[in-house]
Amino acid sequence: MKLHLRVWRQSSADDRGRFEDHELDGVSPDSSFLEMLDLLNEQLLEQRKMPVAFDHDCREGICGMCGLMIDGVAHGPVPGHTVCQLHMRHFKDGDRIVIEPWRVAAFPVVQDLVVDRGSFDRILQRGGFISFATGTAPEANSILIPKDRVDTAMDAATCIGCGACAAACPNGSATLFTAAKIGHLGHLPQGQPERYRRAIGMVEQMDAEGFGGCTNVGACTSVCPKEIGQDFISQMNRDYRRAVLGRTGD
Amino acid sequence: MWRSLIGKKIIMAGTGLIWIGYLLVHMYGNLKVFAGEEAFNHYAESLRTLGEPMVGQGHALMLARIVLTLSLATHVWAAIVLTRAAQQARPTGYARFRQASGNYATITMRWGGLALGLFILYHLAHLTWNVPVLTGEYEPGNTFDKLVVGFNNPVNMVLYLLALVAVGLHLWHGGASFFQTMGWRTAANRQPIRFLTGALAVAIPVGFAVVPLAVATGLVA
Ligand code: HEM
Ligand code: SF4
Ligand code: FES
Repeated sequence: MKLHLRVWRQSSADDRGRFEDHELDGVSPDSSFLEMLDLLNEQLLEQRKMPVAFDHDCREGICGMCGLMIDGVAHGPVPGHTVCQLHMRHFKDGDRIVIEPWRVAAFPVVQDLVVDRGSFDRILQRGGFISFATGTAPEANSILIPKDRVDTAMDAATCIGCGACAAACPNGSATLFTAAKIGHLGHLPQGQPERYRRAIGMVEQMDAEGFGGCTNVGACTSVCPKEIGQDFISQMNRDYRRAVLGRTGD
Repeated sequence: MWRSLIGKKIIMAGTGLIWIGYLLVHMYGNLKVFAGEEAFNHYAESLRTLGEPMVGQGHALMLARIVLTLSLATHVWAAIVLTRAAQQARPTGYARFRQASGNYATITMRWGGLALGLFILYHLAHLTWNVPVLTGEYEPGNTFDKLVVGFNNPVNMVLYLLALVAVGLHLWHGGASFFQTMGWRTAANRQPIRFLTGALAVAIPVGFAVVPLAVATGLVA
């Protein structure tokens, strides 16, 4: 198939950036979106032009590196998919596709489509951990956890930190990511000792990084490749409220 | 609480709840027009003497005004802070952007809220400050007459109905949002909350709208 691509080009963080139009022919409907970009880059190299910089690593939907805004939708038109798992058969021959980096102040553009998601790492550093005595691995069944709790914690733990939630949020808020991290550890017994300190620390950091505030729009869940639910946001709001009001004695 | 953005949402939820409570009381009072002129005027008067003899004349009313004004001011303050935070969080917009979720109520929270604020001022100018252009010729001291004459003015009536639509939209999103912000929404109660707050967002505007409509159709005269 043949595509008309409109791609964001920006040589560095300081460059103002602009869109560049490219025609790309011979795209297989079975290729992934990233393979389509690889093809574009081969074409650019043949023309002795700079290839388009884009992030990727696992290409199997688990690392969270590959986020792109495709035609105004984070990770493109197929719900529950990362860009690397998005296939070109979801597009039509002759389609015009606009490709942009995440536009969030806390994710500064490094080059072209690559952004720096270091702000997520700093949010994690404020509470995305548990304390325990290291040593030999503990016996797996020494702490019994009800199945539904594990399932909920696992749902939250599937967050791959891709940043689509903040990118798609009309407020540029990192709430779903932060809520997923807080919800993951908060549903497990191992996460209880730091539960309320974690809520305060991560929420503070989220604000400090310059993310916007949540107004319960729900766009994050719609674009999240792991379809993390709004309930984790409710849970985070509750933990945070209890923590600041000092009402943490469950 | 005052510093974080979540804290500001909690403050919005609390102040919003105060206003919902007030609207329900206000609606109950308005519906007394159907009990007749005398009953309605008696009710209007009793608002001034509420709590007597322990509370002085008009004091309960004054307290309510202070609480409502402070609530609305904090609500709007939080709305402004959140709006500015959202703008700063995305200084460069997308060339193409399709909002992935949210209905009309969701996207009109800010402008609709602003419209509500302006209407509240207009409404006060009409019925509390008695600005003559808005009230028209009515029998002084007769609240029932002031209401009927006021709603016979099509401008007052249409603006009132439009404001009610804005209230309904604001509460359609805000009602459910309240539970989410307070952290009380779970997978299990999501549907009941949607239903209850949706019903509230319809019931409040309808409860208010029947009064001007009754005036327009001559049911209340
Ligand atoms: C000047 C008038 C007003 C403005 C500018 C305003 C603005 C806003 C904004 C921007 C939000 C947050 C939006 C969101 O969560 O998506 C909000 C939430 C809310 N508003 Fe208002 N509003 C106004 C008046 C009112 C009134 C009169 C009521 C009550 C009847 C009310 C009830 C609520 C409720 C319940 C929420 C939900 C809070 C939450 O999300 O937790 N607002 N308002
Ligand atoms: S919550 Fe979803 S959209 Fe947000 S970073 Fe995690 S996986 Fe990506
Ligand atoms: S490249 Fe790892 S999730 Fe897409």
